[in-house]
Amino acid sequence: MNKDSQHIMGIYSYVDLLVDSVKKLRSSGFEEIRVFSPAPNHEIEDCLDTGKEPSKVKYFTFCGAILGALVGLAFTIFTSLDWPIVTSAKPIVSLPPYMIIVFECMILIGGLSTFLGLLINARLRKDTPPELYDERFSDDKFGILVSCSADQLEQVENILRDMGSEEIQINGVKNEE
Amino acid sequence: MSDFNSLTASQKYSHLNTTVMNMLTKPSWGWWTIFAIDMLFLAFGIYCFIYQVYTGLGVAGYSHPVLWGVYITNFVFWVGIAHSGTLISAVLFLFRARFRMSIYRIAEAMTVFAVATAGLFPIIHLGRPWNFYWLLPYPNQRGLWVNFDSPLLWDVFAVSTYATISSVFFFIGMIPDIAAIRDTVVGKVKKTFYSVASLGWKGSSWEWGHYTRAYFYFACFATPLVISVHSVVSWDFAMANTPGWHTTIFPPYFVAGAIFSGLAMVITLCIPLRSIFKLEDYITMENFNGMSKMIILTSSIVFYAYLTEFFIAWYSGNKYEYDQFLYRANGDYALFYWIMMVCNGIVPHFLWWKKIRENLKILFIISLLINIGMWFERFNIIVISLAKEFEPGSWGLYKPSWVELGITVGSFAWFFMFFLIFVRTLPALSIAEIKEILPVPKKKQEGSTDE
Repeated sequence: MNKDSQHIMGIYSYVDLLVDSVKKLRSSGFEEIRVFSPAPNHEIEDCLDTGKEPSKVKYFTFCGAILGALVGLAFTIFTSLDWPIVTSAKPIVSLPPYMIIVFECMILIGGLSTFLGLLINARLRKDTPPELYDERFSDDKFGILVSCSADQLEQVENILRDMGSEEIQINGVKNEE
Repeated sequence: MSDFNSLTASQKYSHLNTTVMNMLTKPSWGWWTIFAIDMLFLAFGIYCFIYQVYTGLGVAGYSHPVLWGVYITNFVFWVGIAHSGTLISAVLFLFRARFRMSIYRIAEAMTVFAVATAGLFPIIHLGRPWNFYWLLPYPNQRGLWVNFDSPLLWDVFAVSTYATISSVFFFIGMIPDIAAIRDTVVGKVKKTFYSVASLGWKGSSWEWGHYTRAYFYFACFATPLVISVHSVVSWDFAMANTPGWHTTIFPPYFVAGAIFSGLAMVITLCIPLRSIFKLEDYITMENFNGMSKMIILTSSIVFYAYLTEFFIAWYSGNKYEYDQFLYRANGDYALFYWIMMVCNGIVPHFLWWKKIRENLKILFIISLLINIGMWFERFNIIVISLAKEFEPGSWGLYKPSWVELGITVGSFAWFFMFFLIFVRTLPALSIAEIKEILPVPKKKQEGSTDE
């Protein structure tokens, strides 16, 4: 987010109006758009093309699972070799029972790294400042936040208003007109 | 309040937030009364445990030959209860079953609390409970490591993984809902608590994109985990050569039984919660129908397993196995065996009738009977098999002592304590997920009726 750019937000009650506004904004050349919604919505995803850039959480999941399986395998094998004691006439390194430990470690570390992936990808990287958020977005309202230069503010505001926005906020301050 | 169905889509969105917020208001005297009674039972359970530690394991009823008694029964029972929560939140999520939406948070909370209860019992069961950490593989002075060939150690890994993953899953699911509470709650302490717990969630499309993916991967991990954990628990028994335990049917039989008992417990919890907090608009007959049908399915699997055990005991020609099952059905513990058969095999099949499924009083009673039946199932498997093993000279009977029963009652109080706190502090309905199945607010649909 550019430091000296301006932030203008339109608040909506209806998803279809919001989707139309996003399309209109994008066709007018505004690409720094963030949409807020109380629940995930496919129409919003589609109009923003967020699906085109797949989430990187999957790499965390995959690497975590592989790492977990390797940790489980190394742990069981090396600790058995460290104190080699024969139980029930079975080999010192008896892989079939170890697979259970490997599986559990895979799920454990894979799951935890998925959580880490969510934290890193969703929050820490693109955090929205609190003044650019409206508390109604977790209730029943939807919002579009556009970042643009100061001279484009009016154009964006007109688009938002024309397309059915009920309230406009500029840099977090309600704009009455 | 006006009829839910006549509300517009955005009013329904708000209605949901208000409903959840209303659950988090200051507890009434009714809640405090229930909580206080619960605390009394818990205190008695803690007293029993302290008495047992102070006096020695002799005060618990288990002795040779039955060295696994009510404590291990409780362990298996609570781990089983824990299973349906993840089933509802993960497996039914992958199957896109709509009826999971409004009950899955309750089921997940139940999972986490049930694992927290189950985890106590292997420790309570120990003669020197303060040495429980010897189960964990850690570098020590003598260079000793744990025995990875032992099913009891698999259990340590499986149950602790399950506790961790189900807690994280529970928390991830709640993040957007905690943010919703944060946005409306008043009071500085509460606001700070929910702000920290929401991890700064704002509901931007960017966040939702990563969130839905992460949730999906989590569900993919949790699904095989559900199946693995109770399979591992069943191997605690099936890996031993004791008659009645040493069968290959145990893992699927235990997994089905776990889901069966957990679903019954979800119904037991949902029915009072629904009427106390007036959640009829969200927890509907669709939810109860869905759960009832799952109960019919899992009950049939469990009942089939009961019959298969008998058949194989006869067909295998193994005298010890055969005698064990005859003893179960008409020996010293026959009453418990038949309670199990009736409660788990016959009672659930009344749910084939829609009228019974939709009569919540009867459904509630059926769910309680299933819980009782499933507790006795674990008791029967553990105790009856140990009471009559191979050598007639080492046969013996087991009767739970008051200490064991006190701790058992205390464990229920412990579980309900968490649940009572949960319904007053965290969103018991999933706001974001229910909004996914509610109609999306659209100008076109509302036409001229609005504005």
